[in-house]
Amino acid sequence: MMLSAHDLFAILPELLVVFAACAVLALDPITPSSKKDGLAWLSLGTMAVCMGLTAARFGSPTTAFGGLVVIDNYSCFWKLLLYFVTGLTILLSFPYLKEERIYLGEYYGFILLALSGMMVMVSGADLLTIYLGTELMSLSLYVMAGLKRAEPKSLEASAKYFVLGAFSSGILLYGISLLYGSAGSTQLPAIAAAIAGRSLDDPLLLFATILIAVGFSFKLAVVPFHMWTPDVYQGAPTSVTAFMAVASKAASFGAFMRVFVEGLGGVRANWSLMFLLLCVVTLILGNIVALVQTNVKRMLAYSSIAHAGYALIGVVAAGRLAPAESSSAVASVMLYIALYAFMTFGAFTIIAMLRKGGLEGDEIEDFSGLAKRHPFAALLMMVFMVSLAGIPPTAGFIGKFYVFMSAVQAGLTWLAVLALVFAAISAYFYLRLVMVMYMREPEAVTALSPRFVSSPALSIVLACAIAGVVFFGLYPDPIVNLATQAALTLK
Amino acid sequence: MQSGGFPWLTLLIFLPLAGAAALFFVKETSVRIVALGITVADLLLSLPLWWLFDASSSQMQFAENVVWITSPPIHYHLGLDGISLPLVLMTTVLMPLCVAISWRSIDTRVSSFMAMLLIMEAAMIGVFAALDFVLFYVFWEAMLIPMYLLIGVWGGPNRLYAAIKFFLYTLAGSILLLVAILALYFQGGHTFDIVQLSQQAYSPRLQFWLFIAFFAAFAVKVPMFPFHTWLPDAHVEAPTAGSVILASVLLKMGTYGFLRFSLPMLPDASKDFTPMIVALSIIAIVYGAYMALAQADLKKLIAYSSVSHMGFVTLGLFMFNQQGIEGAVMQMVNHGITTGGLFLCVGVIYERTHSRQIADNVGLTKPMPQYATLLVIFSLSSLGLPGTNSFVGEFLILVGTFLWSKIAAALASLGIILAAAYMLWMIQRVAFGVPSPHHLPKLTDLSRREMATLIPLIVLVFWIGLFPNPILSRMHASVTNVVARATHGPQESPTSTGQMTPPVEPTPAAQTVQSMEATRP
Repeated sequence: MMLSAHDLFAILPELLVVFAACAVLALDPITPSSKKDGLAWLSLGTMAVCMGLTAARFGSPTTAFGGLVVIDNYSCFWKLLLYFVTGLTILLSFPYLKEERIYLGEYYGFILLALSGMMVMVSGADLLTIYLGTELMSLSLYVMAGLKRAEPKSLEASAKYFVLGAFSSGILLYGISLLYGSAGSTQLPAIAAAIAGRSLDDPLLLFATILIAVGFSFKLAVVPFHMWTPDVYQGAPTSVTAFMAVASKAASFGAFMRVFVEGLGGVRANWSLMFLLLCVVTLILGNIVALVQTNVKRMLAYSSIAHAGYALIGVVAAGRLAPAESSSAVASVMLYIALYAFMTFGAFTIIAMLRKGGLEGDEIEDFSGLAKRHPFAALLMMVFMVSLAGIPPTAGFIGKFYVFMSAVQAGLTWLAVLALVFAAISAYFYLRLVMVMYMREPEAVTALSPRFVSSPALSIVLACAIAGVVFFGLYPDPIVNLATQAALTLK
Repeated sequence: MQSGGFPWLTLLIFLPLAGAAALFFVKETSVRIVALGITVADLLLSLPLWWLFDASSSQMQFAENVVWITSPPIHYHLGLDGISLPLVLMTTVLMPLCVAISWRSIDTRVSSFMAMLLIMEAAMIGVFAALDFVLFYVFWEAMLIPMYLLIGVWGGPNRLYAAIKFFLYTLAGSILLLVAILALYFQGGHTFDIVQLSQQAYSPRLQFWLFIAFFAAFAVKVPMFPFHTWLPDAHVEAPTAGSVILASVLLKMGTYGFLRFSLPMLPDASKDFTPMIVALSIIAIVYGAYMALAQADLKKLIAYSSVSHMGFVTLGLFMFNQQGIEGAVMQMVNHGITTGGLFLCVGVIYERTHSRQIADNVGLTKPMPQYATLLVIFSLSSLGLPGTNSFVGEFLILVGTFLWSKIAAALASLGIILAAAYMLWMIQRVAFGVPSPHHLPKLTDLSRREMATLIPLIVLVFWIGLFPNPILSRMHASVTNVVARATHGPQESPTSTGQMTPPVEPTPAAQTVQSMEATRP
């Protein structure tokens, strides 16, 4: 296969990101530590350029490398979300790395590498391309999880993530190879054509579907493949946790839905049943276990598991609906993840900047009386929590509304009821944080008592997050339309 | 109905919201006066609606309809009919009083407190004015957080428990409502418009499930008998203004929901469930009254009396006749005024004695004659003394019930007798008891601010009690419409409503018999 200008132009954003990552890694040793911020600015600038490029591409779909890569509205939607989240992560990292005394230029390089992996994931139309993207993302994240080198928890997180992640990648790859054996191709359209009309009981195909589903379930942190999530989320530096919880989940959902809806659409009856089961146990376990957490990062880890469950409702609905109607269900998942990004990122940002001595104040106790000492931070945290609980008029409600709507449309009313019951249960632990912030008196102020560090970069991050939560809660039309248009290109 | 007129309702909703935002930029010392100014402005803004309202029409008036979300079609659709108009006005009347009663008693985080009150006001008006089901749901749920904070931050000693209990109960109740809304969307022709959804027929099976879903949401809010346990806790722990909002407005949303959604959209299921609702209502009436008899805490007493009074409202609603429903709407307004007044009275005395126990507030007539007078008036209104507002509502409800079942009416009347018992007994102790001398600190009578807070409600008590016709005539056409829909009569029939003579209170017997014939299966 020859490299053509068309192909290279199609993946220009990816190339830019990889180039910037290499530049950051190469410049890091020769940059004096006082100027390391320059590397962050370089990364941030790359995000801005890529965002422009991808936004310009929206609406004019094209494929490249003989169909290995597809640049359609669907992938553009995810990419725009990923740039946005990465930009926020970089901004959050400015003050956060200073507080944590992590002076590593590689940090930004790895963020960019992870991002390029995610971009490949969401625009790959070939199982191997998607697999390569997944690996690039995961390997970068394994390193980033361990960047707090002095802290055993961070190292534990990294090691655990690596072992389980590698394991799941193996399963995914095994599934891909079986599917290749069954369908004779790794390209999604070819697979779709090959399995069209195939019996649902075809054992090889069924086995391959299960293995691929399991592989993705690890990345999505869906119960029972979620075991790594709480430890990794808690141990990793909080900026990385935020990045993982949002960007890696978004990219995984992007690739996941493309594989199953586009490639394995012929056996949707099989996988929709499978994901229905996973979805139900995820909703139950994620929300119930979150109830008893005393650490906010762990609580949010379980909450992110639960939110993957809510998003899965849309996937199940997409599998249940006729192919012509399923795009609205796909759109509801995209919308859910996009809106989830705002509130989760905001919540992690607050946690990252609540400092106790040289450490993070990430225990629920540390939030006691925050409303008295830092009313604005408490107000923002409350809005994020309310939104995570899915109470209007916040973005969280809009996300849930569309997902439940596709569930009801697909005849899964009982699932919507079940999910709403657990949404009510989840309100308890989200509100517990609100209660601690607003209704408990702050402890006596000492040098070690938690304080909120603010900086201009942080204000921008929080402003973006809160603007998203409030604006899309009140007027979701723009993002709904974007998701709907994007979902239409997934067939 | 057309859009494009003066956006009364939008202004009514967004003025308090803008005010709440503005409060953060106001100096701490002037927060109270600004909040009062905003609520009064909102009241003044709402008053013209009373006269501009066309009582002869059952159509939605002051309608505004713009697209909010294109896919699915969710509209920012507002409008008032004769049922929601009195409730909106009741809300705007009560809010300045809530601000005024919190003048002294709230001394921490005042600006946040006032902001919460204003957000509540916006959401409450929104609930009554919303004509799109999703919009309704958004307003309905948006009240939860401010109310949770009002109870949890500014409440009494056990406030954390009460706040979360209130929150989880109401949230759990409204879960099914959302699913029901979505189900209606797919079954009702892909629209969320309440007016359109009310004009369609649904299969009995669907109606059955939808009714249960609606019931879960509305019965918790009312609260009906087995779901009432959050109410005493929330009332006791909430600050006075919170109790007033809770009792006077929030509880009405449940009954409003039954009237706006259950009856017109699900007439068959409503009829099937009527025996159950009637049974629960009568239990609530009698049980609430019995519980009220046993209370030593003034707020708890009023809370249980609310359970009893709201039992009358749900009873009236499910009679499917003009009298019952008009009485129920009347009683919704009356309960808001009377119970609001009673809670304000408790707030006034709590500021002085720091106790809500009846035993600690004995014999107030001597030290506080004005206060005692007003308290007695509100109490008499609460027990339904002729000449006061509650008499009109309860009388109409009982007339309506009598037409449906004599036994039910007789049982419900027990509630009135019991109301007389617990209210008079309370009065006997609080107003006319003999205080143990060391108990009472030096008490001052009502200040001018407190007087100004209570007097408007006293005026309303007598005004509605003696001249109920202005309210009744405004709700008449709309109630006729609901009754027609609920009894499978002609839907939207402007000609028939035009023929209706303005009713004399109570509605003439001829009409009673007529609607009676229509009700009989």
